[in-house]
Amino acid sequence: MTVAIAPDSASELDAQPSMRIGIPKEIAQGERRVAATPETAQKLQKLGFEVWVEADAGAAASFPDAAYKAAGCQVMHDVVELWNQSDIVLKVRAPLWHPGINQNETDLLRPGGKLVSFMWPAQNPELLEKLSQKGATAIAMDAVPRLTRAQKLDALSSMANLAGYRAVIEAANQFGRGFTGQITAAGKIPPCKVLVIGAGVAGLAAIGTARGLGAIVRAFDTRPSVKEQVQSLGAEFLELHFADEDGESAGGYAKVMSPAFIAAEMALFAQQATEVDIIITTALIPGKTAPRLVTQEMVEAMRPGSVVVDMAAEQGGNCELTRPHEIYDHDGVKIVGLTDLVSRMANQASQLYGTNLYHLLNELGGAENYHLDLENDVLRQATVVLEGDVIWPAPPLEKPPTPQPTSPQTATPVPTVTGNKPPSLWMQLLWPGLIGMALFGIGAFAPESFISHFTVFVMAIFLGWKVIWDVTPALHTPLMSVTNAISGIIIIGGMLQISGPLTSTVTVLGAIAIFVSTLNISGGFFVTQRMLNMFHK
Amino acid sequence: MSNNLLTVAYIAASVLFILSLGGLSNPETARRGNLYGIAGMVVALGATALSDQVSGYGVLIVSMAPAIWIGGLIATRAAMTSMPQLVGLLNGFGGLAAVLVGYASFLHPDASLQGIDFTIHKVEVFVGVFIGSITFIGSLIACGKLQGVVSSKAVLLPARHVLNIGMLGAVIGLGYYYMTVSESMALLPLGIMTTIAALLGVTLVIAIGGADMPVVISILNSYSGWGAAAAGFMLNNDLLIITGALVGSSGLILSYIMCKAMNRSFANVLLGGFGNTHYQGATVEGEATPVTVEETVALLNDANSVIIVPGYGMAVAQAQHAVAQITELLRDRGKQVRFGIHPVAGRLPGHMNVLLAEANVPYDVVLEMDEINDDFPATDVVLVIGANDTVNPSALEDPHSPMAGMPVLEVWKSQNTIVLKRSLSAGYAGVANPLFYKQNTSMLFGDARANVTAILAQLSQKDAVESQPATAMAAAK
Repeated sequence: MTVAIAPDSASELDAQPSMRIGIPKEIAQGERRVAATPETAQKLQKLGFEVWVEADAGAAASFPDAAYKAAGCQVMHDVVELWNQSDIVLKVRAPLWHPGINQNETDLLRPGGKLVSFMWPAQNPELLEKLSQKGATAIAMDAVPRLTRAQKLDALSSMANLAGYRAVIEAANQFGRGFTGQITAAGKIPPCKVLVIGAGVAGLAAIGTARGLGAIVRAFDTRPSVKEQVQSLGAEFLELHFADEDGESAGGYAKVMSPAFIAAEMALFAQQATEVDIIITTALIPGKTAPRLVTQEMVEAMRPGSVVVDMAAEQGGNCELTRPHEIYDHDGVKIVGLTDLVSRMANQASQLYGTNLYHLLNELGGAENYHLDLENDVLRQATVVLEGDVIWPAPPLEKPPTPQPTSPQTATPVPTVTGNKPPSLWMQLLWPGLIGMALFGIGAFAPESFISHFTVFVMAIFLGWKVIWDVTPALHTPLMSVTNAISGIIIIGGMLQISGPLTSTVTVLGAIAIFVSTLNISGGFFVTQRMLNMFHK
Repeated sequence: MSNNLLTVAYIAASVLFILSLGGLSNPETARRGNLYGIAGMVVALGATALSDQVSGYGVLIVSMAPAIWIGGLIATRAAMTSMPQLVGLLNGFGGLAAVLVGYASFLHPDASLQGIDFTIHKVEVFVGVFIGSITFIGSLIACGKLQGVVSSKAVLLPARHVLNIGMLGAVIGLGYYYMTVSESMALLPLGIMTTIAALLGVTLVIAIGGADMPVVISILNSYSGWGAAAAGFMLNNDLLIITGALVGSSGLILSYIMCKAMNRSFANVLLGGFGNTHYQGATVEGEATPVTVEETVALLNDANSVIIVPGYGMAVAQAQHAVAQITELLRDRGKQVRFGIHPVAGRLPGHMNVLLAEANVPYDVVLEMDEINDDFPATDVVLVIGANDTVNPSALEDPHSPMAGMPVLEVWKSQNTIVLKRSLSAGYAGVANPLFYKQNTSMLFGDARANVTAILAQLSQKDAVESQPATAMAAAK
């Protein structure tokens, strides 16, 4: 990814920045991401913030300090100073013990300061406690609700997407064979079979990546609603033909299923384990340890050389045998328990996370109009500590509205709606009947001269009807103005009335009629000609 | 001039009028069509003036000459954006003439008319004056609404249907009285009827909102045709009958086409329209993605095919010239740029076409909805400029929407849609537009002309623009 920097944009800021954002270097082991890239830092400045970045903060993600400087950020070497001087600290990981200065990062935060990062409040009650003692305000990016409106600051989704991709790449790395099938002179290579359990954002990304590499992909999810999305990516959706149990909770995440369902599910996985080469598990239930889906027996039933990637390793793992942070061999099956999948794509991950943070700060009103509005559902859900008060968990949202269908695959079938109901037989007979009666009336009572005029009249209507249908819609305005001009033919009626004495009412009325209809005629024709002169190829 | 010659001249004029309308089927023959119309009018007027029935040449010249000059002056001075008002106003004059001719004919009937002929003549006068009066006042109101003199909102009087039906009943009652009283007394019911018809013109048109004006104008245009035909009957003049019928049916067809484009019936448009349903629309959730001029320009630079969908907002903002220049610039760079026009875009059928033609956009890149709707999925960028209801997906997706079934331009099927609009508010139909919240839709807020001009300025400095970094949003997607 190239990072082109336009240095001029920082100088556009005339006003003194009212708030300062601090970007410390991540200290968690193996964490390469950073909470702002030079590009997102620039966007933050456009919101009116001043941005301070710790030296080397972006180095692991291939963003050198020079790039931050060029983007108008101040690069700080003193980490204590950075934390202390910042109104808002943006981080990736939750605060940890800082080995360099032997202090917890939470203690570095200035009293009443603001912190934004992943926090996992359910698993980290003591962190909330500490932040509360500091009188701090903390926003947990992992608590951002899954609303359509919040999509652009949904860091879980943006990270899961990258992790899903990386899971397949790691699996491919451990897998001793190719993904795609081939028929060569030396014989046939069967394609690799991949089972993806959990078709959330990460699962879908994994499906897409594995498909792209040529594998046969099967996917399972407790939520039948994702079936179409799975199929749209070219994977087979495994279904349990089970009394319609929908695993979707309010909020779009999966929920815990009934024991009978889980038994059926386990039987399916056991059977699949004997068939597939790679299993990627992504099953997470928010706020709970990850469900056990892949047992020791299943792993042992897999062919030697197979791979299990457990993307839930950090939350306890979907596989019984997973050892978090490790890749090891269990009876010839590689079990990948990496927890830093996203971090292995630090550059892009930082860019996406940084953009999520930018949208969050934009939602907060930027520097000038900074306001943490608790009426705002998104902000209320994400805020875990407000000025020293722990306000987590937020009251649950009502079942969010179904997001608008965004892709053709998920679009609901469009009902054909037309206002034209077939008219009843009575209505169908009504008009011909009325017209027939009117014609009979005219034929029976009207004098001969009227009949001849009437003939002309009816013929002219039909002729007009035929001629007008040929007019191209682009010329409807000129058509209107020319027919308008022609309707000024009523002038003839006036002309036939002006031959009496000059002062008679009839003559005066006729003269006025001539005047106004001439206006109609000349105006109409002139304006038509003017419009038509403009049409050209 | 003998009667036979006059008849032949009238036939010639009728043929010329038909040729005139036929010529409008194609932009290439359209100018000739208009000239046919002028020729037909000259033949008709010349023959009538030379006929035995006309001798008051002084009056004729005095009343005609200044009107030709004034009419020409109005027509050449009026701005293209105010074309709908102008057509409405001119139409009103036709209606007024029909009223005056009716009165004159009533006061000075042909002495040869006897018995049933005379009765028919009286009916024709009554009908002609009625139609003329509604047309005149209705056109003035419509013109006022388009000009902004009268509020363009639909003014819904309480019990207006009862009121209108009551007035119609009164007109029929007066008609019966008018037919039965002695000749000297009949002027009174005729006069009252004229006033009621004028009131009816007000109450009918005032209840219709600005965006439905195209239908109203074309129906009023149709009325003035029927008015002329009625005059033809009362004066025993076939030319008036033919021309009136041509104009009348043309107006009806245009109205029909527009009603079909909105999937509504005549009755629905004329009796109050969208406001009646009290439907709030499924609340559209989600957040619109704002976009800057720079990002728009970057998208346009990367696009190979662009479709521009203009609406009334473009006319209001007078943005058509800048739009045309953008089109030219992008076409010079080898990009495919086309326009998609909805049949009811603007305030007059074909309004957008006229504005774009004025701004020098070649007419062969300006396409109708049916011609272009299948091309959206293969289009990189769609610019929606001041259009709203005509690009509302709820017409197809939400069967409960008041617009359900209305054909719309399916802009959301393209790769990127950029909507130039002031706010997220609903359009004329009062239905929230889910398009704004779709993921591939971005909103460029602000005045359409200012934004289009800014886009044009930045497009012109292509090199400067291309060195800008790809936006983070694009990367995130």
